[in-house]
Amino acid sequence: MNEHVLRTAAPGVAPLPEVDHPSSPVAAFGAEEPLRLDAGVDLGPWQIAYQSYGALNAERSNAVLVCHALTGDQHVANRHPVTGKPGWWETLVGPGKPVDTDRYFVLCANVVGGCMGTTGPASRSPHTGRPYALDFPLVTIRDMVRAQAMLLDRLGIPSLFAVVGGSMGGMQVLQWAASYPERVFAAIPIAASARHSAQNIAFHEVGRQAVMADPDWRRGRYIEEGVRPRKGLAVARMGAHITYLSEGALHRKFGRSFQDRAAPTFSFDADFQIESYLRHQGMSFVERFDANSYLYVTRAMDYFDLAADYGGVLAKAFKGSPTRFCVMSFTSDWLFPTVESRAVVHALNAGGAQVGFVEIESDKGHDAFLLEEPEMFAAARGFLDAAAVARGIR
Amino acid sequence: MSTDAPSLPVESRGARTGLGRARIQGATGSGIPAPNLSPQRGGENAGEPRRDHLLVARMVEPGSRVLDVGCGDGSLLALLRDRRGSDARGIELSREGVSDCLAKGLAVIQGDADTDLADYPDDAFDYVILSQTLQATRRPRAVLEHMLRIGRRAIVSFPNFGHWRVRWELGVRGRMPVTDNLPHSWYDTPNIHFCTIRDFVGLCREIGAQMEEAHALDAGGQPVRFHMPWWFWNLFGQQGVFLLRRG
Repeated sequence: MNEHVLRTAAPGVAPLPEVDHPSSPVAAFGAEEPLRLDAGVDLGPWQIAYQSYGALNAERSNAVLVCHALTGDQHVANRHPVTGKPGWWETLVGPGKPVDTDRYFVLCANVVGGCMGTTGPASRSPHTGRPYALDFPLVTIRDMVRAQAMLLDRLGIPSLFAVVGGSMGGMQVLQWAASYPERVFAAIPIAASARHSAQNIAFHEVGRQAVMADPDWRRGRYIEEGVRPRKGLAVARMGAHITYLSEGALHRKFGRSFQDRAAPTFSFDADFQIESYLRHQGMSFVERFDANSYLYVTRAMDYFDLAADYGGVLAKAFKGSPTRFCVMSFTSDWLFPTVESRAVVHALNAGGAQVGFVEIESDKGHDAFLLEEPEMFAAARGFLDAAAVARGIR
Repeated sequence: MSTDAPSLPVESRGARTGLGRARIQGATGSGIPAPNLSPQRGGENAGEPRRDHLLVARMVEPGSRVLDVGCGDGSLLALLRDRRGSDARGIELSREGVSDCLAKGLAVIQGDADTDLADYPDDAFDYVILSQTLQATRRPRAVLEHMLRIGRRAIVSFPNFGHWRVRWELGVRGRMPVTDNLPHSWYDTPNIHFCTIRDFVGLCREIGAQMEEAHALDAGGQPVRFHMPWWFWNLFGQQGVFLLRRG
């Protein structure tokens, strides 16, 4: 069998199932309650899909907002409705876990621009009856946070006990603390940064170009034309996936091992295990993620530069902040390296905020925040437990 | 200023309040094994604050902003927060230490005294504390200068290399000293910048730091009698504990 090229699943054209009618709860906002976007556009009507775990206490003081990363979604701690896999952060969130759902009311919402039920480019535009595609306005991290704040208003949650997130989720955590300091008691930004680096923008651009180079992208109108840019999106995912790992982790996991063969085949088959692994990652990703969403959400990360909103001085974003912070990074993360977290810590200190910081020893790269990292769990648990005492949560 | 007698407001309050047996904080910054200063440690009640911490706590005015550089598990910071109402912050090199501090609700940053103090703005704290760590820093003078820049006052404790046992090891036995207080062999010691109490006093003068309080503790953790001259402190004090102010 010849396997030179990336083989995605049969070229089915079924739209992603969760886009307009997700299996999780949805808060719908009419045209009279638009989401005001940084791009200067009012998005409306619009909706935000979310999941919740645990119970809100009588004082409404125990709500924890989890913010998801680029390709994550609201299914933090339940079986995923599309893939059937466990929730993406069940290591951290659940009964008895550091973010303890027996104790806290945990919320996670799909970001605006996403494809799991919150309004995004794959959503059907109420104005045209067609998917938005590239008519969808560009969104920012601040727009995502603004949408979440409107969800909290709708749910009657005046302030959050904690906001927790890794990577792009960590960017949202920082934005939350800057935009709504009085609504955030504690914040845990993990493997994040206050601005997207040139290198990271570069990686994102390669991914977007891969999507747009796929003939099936159709200038973004692929849904109406009954196709999907599977190969382009899969290549984007393959490239991005490498940035989430580390050289050490790749070597330990795959080395130069061959895939189901004893010797090279002198062809462009996936001879090496790492090739096979990446192809699998790319192929499975396209079954659950919309290509245009990938363009929009990566763009939102690129545009993120928290200091820019405060005259270029990050400390001003946190001046007089009442929030207590626990910043974490990982030694082998070269996508969001420790130096980025240290810059945040420095700014928080300069702004007078209460901040703790720990760099977790791990060889697993950026993805470490999603994995079994006992030091991260211990730090998060200790920090949250102490904060809960300070907030009077039993 | 005479160097023959410590013309400092060193008083006997410590002895009167039962703080006289104060030891120096054992856990150090830089993740370095602490000098063994606690022969009587086993006898301590786990729930009671360490006496050296109480000595430091007494130096800190209530309601102050405090930075503990090399704060270990945060027990001194927690004491300062709980008993002195301090806004207590810390820097600690070891992850375990930082995690312990976070679990105490303390704002502690993983970091290194030699590199990270430069990031702090002037006058950010009322007190900056450096406990048993000065001798392990790469640039002790720079660290001390940063402390006095960041804080209005600095509290520094360090092992005295002029102690008679050290002198005995080096002067009579001709060996690098390995004592209860300084248990490391020369080839694996983290302590790269030893000084004597007199050396430290000299450094304070050189950088224009005012000494508001000075304590010398003997091998048993007892304060050396305060009216003794510097040479006596320098010979019989195993530790020096100084409260400094910018000159």
